[in-house]
Amino acid sequence: MKSTEDEQPALTARSVVMSYGHTPALKGISLAIGKGEIVAVTGPSGSGKSSLLLCLAGVVTPDAGEVTFGDRRISAEGEGQRSRLRRTEFGVLFQFGQLVPELTAIENVALPLLLGGRRRSEAMTAALTWLDRFEVGGLASTRPSSMSGGQAGRVAVARAMVAEPKVLFADEPTGALDTLAGEQVMAQLIRVTRESGTTVLLVTHDARVSAYGDREIRIRDGQLDHHPARHLASVSGPDGDLG
Amino acid sequence: MSTGHVLLGLLSRGQQHGYDLKRAHDDRFPAAKPMAYGQVYASLERLHRQGFVEPVAVQRVDGPDRTVYAITATGRAELTDWIETVETPFVHVANPLATKVTVALLVTDTAYATTCLERQRASHLDAMRRYTRAKTDPSLPIHEVLAADYAIAHLDADLQWMESALQRVAALGEAIAT
Ligand SMILES: Nc1ncnc2c1ncn2[C@@H]1O[C@H](COP(=O)(O)OP(=O)(O)OP(=O)(O)O)[C@@H](O)[C@H]1O
Ligand SMILES: [Mg+2]
Repeated sequence: MKSTEDEQPALTARSVVMSYGHTPALKGISLAIGKGEIVAVTGPSGSGKSSLLLCLAGVVTPDAGEVTFGDRRISAEGEGQRSRLRRTEFGVLFQFGQLVPELTAIENVALPLLLGGRRRSEAMTAALTWLDRFEVGGLASTRPSSMSGGQAGRVAVARAMVAEPKVLFADEPTGALDTLAGEQVMAQLIRVTRESGTTVLLVTHDARVSAYGDREIRIRDGQLDHHPARHLASVSGPDGDLG
Repeated sequence: MSTGHVLLGLLSRGQQHGYDLKRAHDDRFPAAKPMAYGQVYASLERLHRQGFVEPVAVQRVDGPDRTVYAITATGRAELTDWIETVETPFVHVANPLATKVTVALLVTDTAYATTCLERQRASHLDAMRRYTRAKTDPSLPIHEVLAADYAIAHLDADLQWMESALQRVAALGEAIAT
């Protein structure tokens, strides 16, 4: 089958299996995420959402099956290659508390660029732009310990986006959306990723967050959850007659 | 009597005739059913009888006569009362979703009830996606943002209920299996 650059999905998983010791987390997951798609991953606690994200982002290598990013089979790559990939092509946003406590907001956001070899002045300018986009430019020289939870969350979002990743992986990025501030971070994140055509994988337990996506992937017990319509008549019960 | 109060609210910003009131209503509450002219005039009549509005002029602009109404002091007092009265929480205890799940469990099995719930969830989420998308348009006027917030909050309540129902059905399935 001929496939042009644009028809190719951004990410695929084929029969991905992963466990933590004797605890199975993923039991054979296959999926494809299109370029620029915003996909929410939802499911009960412990169903394997975070594990799936770790496998797709190349943080963890699956025990079986493969993960591809474009033409690259990242599940077959070594840690060195994968960590370079995460630095250059991926933005990874895990739950709160991931900012470096010794660094100010602007230094935290500039960090991925500095690690990528960008000049300091350039990195700081870009960092400030991203802080401003999430309305925390005023906190540029503040350290994480002096920020509110929501503010630290915004700085973390800015840091995940500063290198303009092709794919953003976000695990519960905003916490609950029961505050207007949380909702504004989410809306802004979606606005900038749509503008840049960034592919987004969004793990969340919150339907309001999921509703920002184009579609939803449901996980239950380490597997995808499919629910096609099924007629009552085709279900055998103790007594088929409903009349 | 909520149509009357909405009309009083619109009149509180200045006198108007029925035709303009209908247009102002439809404009401001696009999610509501458009008001029929008959309904507007009947409502204005009733408000007049109650002393909440009074006719202040008749306009003739190449067409039928149009009576212009103004809100009275009693009307303003009534409006304030209505706004300040706390609504009784409207709880859907007997809701069709819960009934369906219960019947699905009676008729078939937990897997089937799960399927029904997941399909309902997908449909609710579709609706939520539409409101969310509409709301992210920065030019959306405040009354539509408020209406979308309300719709999303209610859909979210249903969705939260579905999540807990899914967990209860799953637990029931496990109990039956063992
Ligand atoms: N570091 C770990 N060591 C051992 N088991 C783990 C570890 N992380 C996850 N697990 C197990 O793997 C399974 C999947 O966990 P995962 O974190 O992917 O779930 P999740 O869907 O992200 O849940 P939550 O919504 O609670 O974040 C669970 O059974 C969990 O107990
Ligand atoms: Mg998790």
